Amino acid sequence: MKKMKVISPILMEVSWVPCSPLRRVRIGPIKVRYRMLLLVFRLSFLSFFPSLSLSQHFAPTRTKPHHRISVSLNLKQRKQREEKRRMMMKLDTSGLESFSAAVPSAMATAEDQLFAPPSFDLPAGCADFDKFQMEAKQTLKHAKGTTTLAFIFNQGVIVAADSRASMGGYISSQSVKKIIEINPYMLGTMAGGAADCQFWHRNLGIKCRLHELANKRRISVTGASKLLANILYSYRGMGLSIGTMIAGWDEKGPGLYYVDSEGGRLKGNRFSVGSGSPYAYGVLDNGYRPDMTVDEAHELARRAIYHATFRDGASGGVVSVYHVGPNGWKKLSGDDVSELHYKYYPVQPTPVEHEMVDAPPA
Amino acid sequence: MARYDRAITVFSPDGHLFQVEYALEAVRKGNAAVGVRGSDTVVLGVEKKSTPKLQDSRTVRKIVSLDTHIALACAGLKADARVLINRARIECQSHRLTVEDPVTVEYITRYIAGLQQKYTQSGGVRPFGLSTLIVGFDPYSEKPALYQTDPSGTFSAWKANATGRNSNSMREFLEKNYKETSGKETIKLAIRALLEVVESGGKNIEIAVMTHKDGLRQLEEAEIDEYVAEIEAEKAAAEAAKKGGFCFIILY
Repeated sequence: MKKMKVISPILMEVSWVPCSPLRRVRIGPIKVRYRMLLLVFRLSFLSFFPSLSLSQHFAPTRTKPHHRISVSLNLKQRKQREEKRRMMMKLDTSGLESFSAAVPSAMATAEDQLFAPPSFDLPAGCADFDKFQMEAKQTLKHAKGTTTLAFIFNQGVIVAADSRASMGGYISSQSVKKIIEINPYMLGTMAGGAADCQFWHRNLGIKCRLHELANKRRISVTGASKLLANILYSYRGMGLSIGTMIAGWDEKGPGLYYVDSEGGRLKGNRFSVGSGSPYAYGVLDNGYRPDMTVDEAHELARRAIYHATFRDGASGGVVSVYHVGPNGWKKLSGDDVSELHYKYYPVQPTPVEHEMVDAPPA
Repeated sequence: MARYDRAITVFSPDGHLFQVEYALEAVRKGNAAVGVRGSDTVVLGVEKKSTPKLQDSRTVRKIVSLDTHIALACAGLKADARVLINRARIECQSHRLTVEDPVTVEYITRYIAGLQQKYTQSGGVRPFGLSTLIVGFDPYSEKPALYQTDPSGTFSAWKANATGRNSNSMREFLEKNYKETSGKETIKLAIRALLEVVESGGKNIEIAVMTHKDGLRQLEEAEIDEYVAEIEAEKAAAEAAKKGGFCFIILY
């Protein structure tokens, strides 16, 4: 390598660079890149002659020095100031570190900043993806706006439901069939997503029929509800919304199971599902006796649904009541709720109006 | 895998599935097995080959239970039997899980037969070389049932049947002597059928009895010897009665 004598680099600023900046040159015992030398001298040059900055050459019109309140900044303070400014402007590319970041920031030239990999904001929800997913599911989940109930008594199972379908505050239908006939001896109720319930109940009907054909015997209520629960469990977390009761009469007698889209399955004697279920439970639990007649049970179910529709906005329409006996199910009644209201609470003439009519003139 | 996707079981020009028929041959070489259905009992009997002295005979179980209410005996390749029995046991539990009910005998027989048929219609596999006798009680009707499957995958219900070595002579005997029995009579009928083809003695016969209440019970050697002794005594008495009658006629 050609030995190069370093002649005043200050003069180099003005005129020419004797060699490539990357070339290693020797100053006494030290071997450095020429670029480093230039930078050191540049900075020292600037600190001694603040007015003679490089900008002079790019903007020759400005000749007067900068007027500043605190003019006398030493080299260290000036360096810190520059660094801070650079840090503030710099985009946060901590996730996209490349080799340019390994080089100390003092060395970063304008070119390095130009060719640095671009940084961008992460999309909404990626900071906490689990919470985002839960919130998304909640928006899709329609709270089961309905009232359905079913109970077992000595003479079989009574199943009753309202018939209102609502989308938020809008009543989309007053005549929805919420009691689905799976087969002549089994009924299912619908609460939650109407499409989900209808489809999966029909699917269950297919499975029950296939079981009958293959095994030459009817499927039990236990088996049917277990089939449905297993299917719903496999779709758990995917947004199905089903809260159904499977009621039927098999060899072991009357059977009632509650199955929901979380994959839960409960055996019981009395169930009510839907947004109006608290009101229905109140009336049902109060009036229930295992040794009722079919007519008493029918009236109890009808009254329970009526009271739920009275207080719950998402329930209404027509109360349907079914009875499942040893020979299969039979629809007992379908009464409009508003007519039931006047049947239970007939209009009474109020005495106040009479008084007003008879008030003598003053 | 390319070498194994050719079907092994193919039709012959005159409509036979030779692999299946050869499998039936393998069954005919297996040890004799008999099953008898009574009105409240079902009995399975299997010929026991003499065990080598150093072999632990407890690990050689010929009559196995598939569930608490179903038992199986088979004739043919024992290794195939092990695989088939494992699959059947899994299916019994799986049925309990999905439908919350125990299997019926017909259901599990249909499953085993279906499995045997599948292996006659797949590529690269050979049929199972065993016929099974499946006994049990229906969980609903509590009636006893006896079914038989064979390597072709067919199954049917029987009142009494035999497979394995000399099964034809056993079946003839059963056809001649079958009548509706219950309890001990059923056991004796099964032992008598087995004794037609097997040397008499408790150490050559394995018997298992199933009732609805008590489930499957393997008889001890001593018990079997008792039954055998009873049967021999009856036979002798029958012979004497016949001879006596004959002499009577001759004399007179």
